[in-house]
Amino acid sequence: MDISTQSTQAPPPTPRSSSASRKRAARGATRPGDRVFLALSRGSGILLLVIMAAIAVFLTYRASLALSKNEGNFLTTFEWNTGLVPPVFGIAVLAFGTVVSAIIAMALAVPVAVGIALFITHYAPRKLGGPIAYVIDLLAAVPSIVYGLWGAIVLVPHLNGLFGWLDTYLGWTGIFSWQGGAPRSMLTVGILLAIMILPIITNVSREVFRQAPQMHQEAALALGATRWEVIRMSVLPFGRSGVISASMLGLGRALGETMAVATVLSPTFDIQASLLDPGGGTFAQNIAAKFNEATVFGQDALIASGLVLFVITLLVNGAARFIINRRKEYSGANA
Amino acid sequence: MSNAPVTRKHASTLRGGSLPKWSPWAIAAGSVVAGLGISLAAGLDSKVQWGLIAAIVFVLGTYGFAARVEGRRQAKDRVATSMVWVCFIVAVVPLVSLIWETLKRGAKVFDVYFLSHSMGVVADTETGGGIYHALIGTLEQVGIASLIAVPVGVLTAIYLVEYGRGKLARAVTFFVDVMTGIPSIVAGLFVLSFWILIMGMGYSGFAGAMALAILMMPVVVRSTEEMLKLVPNELREASLALGIPKWRTILKVVLPTSIGGITTGVMLAVARITGETAPVLLLVWGTNFINNNPFSGPQASLPLYIYRQYAAGTPASTDRAWAAALALILFVMILNMGARAIARWKAPKTGR
Repeated sequence: MDISTQSTQAPPPTPRSSSASRKRAARGATRPGDRVFLALSRGSGILLLVIMAAIAVFLTYRASLALSKNEGNFLTTFEWNTGLVPPVFGIAVLAFGTVVSAIIAMALAVPVAVGIALFITHYAPRKLGGPIAYVIDLLAAVPSIVYGLWGAIVLVPHLNGLFGWLDTYLGWTGIFSWQGGAPRSMLTVGILLAIMILPIITNVSREVFRQAPQMHQEAALALGATRWEVIRMSVLPFGRSGVISASMLGLGRALGETMAVATVLSPTFDIQASLLDPGGGTFAQNIAAKFNEATVFGQDALIASGLVLFVITLLVNGAARFIINRRKEYSGANA
Repeated sequence: MSNAPVTRKHASTLRGGSLPKWSPWAIAAGSVVAGLGISLAAGLDSKVQWGLIAAIVFVLGTYGFAARVEGRRQAKDRVATSMVWVCFIVAVVPLVSLIWETLKRGAKVFDVYFLSHSMGVVADTETGGGIYHALIGTLEQVGIASLIAVPVGVLTAIYLVEYGRGKLARAVTFFVDVMTGIPSIVAGLFVLSFWILIMGMGYSGFAGAMALAILMMPVVVRSTEEMLKLVPNELREASLALGIPKWRTILKVVLPTSIGGITTGVMLAVARITGETAPVLLLVWGTNFINNNPFSGPQASLPLYIYRQYAAGTPASTDRAWAAALALILFVMILNMGARAIARWKAPKTGR
């Protein structure tokens, strides 16, 4: 408050005083209120780190309990029999299903999302762009269980036609052959996930495209470029890293999505060669489906599979952040 | 133009030919007709396929006409434009359908009775019953989650913006980012492992609330951080120059300035966790009866209710699932729109 207290605190008081406390003293932050407040806010930050660490530690601990009794190879076993003595379970099917459905979702969603983002920023009539962006913002907030309900009751019957067509014309590839079961397969899951992650990818990409330097675009136009050439030469190169990180965020969502997959897929514990035949499963869907009748050991086994999912999403998100952080201003965490 | 007298003959070489303004609409109309014709001729019954065929005809037709009249570069431009429009329409169809179907099917049993009664003695096959117990559960779980997550989140954001330099702040920033990407089911498994399996507690609303809080914290931190950064430094400096301690500056100057944005962020975070099903499925377990105590015994929750009613699979329960989905969407949308409205009114004035 007054100068006298400032000056008495100026000399570094104790030998413990490191550079940190000297910095604090320099900023005049040594009043008791300040110290309490700093401790509180720093404590919250540390609490977040502790939670992250605790997630890793507790999941690993419980998973190790299950894995130590597992008779099958955790990575390659095509079975999930935690009730057997000795128990046999593995994540091969789940890893395959998770990766395949996420790849389908990304392949469908990313081009369309980039298209919508371009539509909003560069093609739509001025008056339309704002409201469309607002609506897509809102759609990003629709809960996944509602997507799941819609997918299972509305989307699935509509896919009969598409599946029939794929089977007729592309059935020879093997990937698109269809034996005529209900269309509750990996492809259905991929399509639904694509619809779900569309708003997120669109939102982040839109922000990036909007920030593309106006000068570059006008320069290209002045040189006689068409609108598409402007976008290809100045907007897309500028937005590339933003689109990549937006896609990674969407991928993270698609990998961890539980309810939409659980409602739409009719799961089996094997790998289908065809994307159209029902079957397969994902990490999250398997946890939700098996949890209710699982014993404590069964729950530990599910935790082990959850740990794998955790690590995968951690890697994907870490990579996305790494790309974003090179261009700090497009952090998509609020999307 | 002025120094080189251009004759009429040469003028035509400076300007290439161009399609008339109405041509995209004409091509669109033509391709819709073609799509219908081809589909009917081939006997396709899926309307999605009709639309897809029309879209393909549209893109190809645009290219063909434009390439002939305007040249290759213009044709590419027009194809890009039509692709972007097609993308938009293709994406809008399912999203509109989602909202429309939920409204239409949800309205069937959505009334005051539905909101004010539980599923206590209602079998899956019977009509009647409601979501009162699920509403109570959701409100309590989300409330507790917010009570945990908001103070921690806001304080962390304050630390990052007002104090944070050096390694700890960088680590916190990074892990907050990573934490936003934790799948909800993993948060559920974490609380399951330490609260239920290791500490031996039972399934309860509080367990679910803890998982929801973990999902909520990073969102609150992120949005609060953005808002605090918008507060002009002059305000802080003015306050500090008057001899106000830093903590009072933060409490009395920085937070009030940004409170609108922080409220928005919190409401968006609440909207996001309200729809989370997976952790609730693992930790709260679900019940058909009213349980007002979040600290003991299984509770219900709105998203879980939708899942269970859907899984029951009878016509009556499916109707209830849609009505509950409508209630959930309404709740989330109202929170969202409210949050965005507050954000617009109370946005911190950044000065000039």
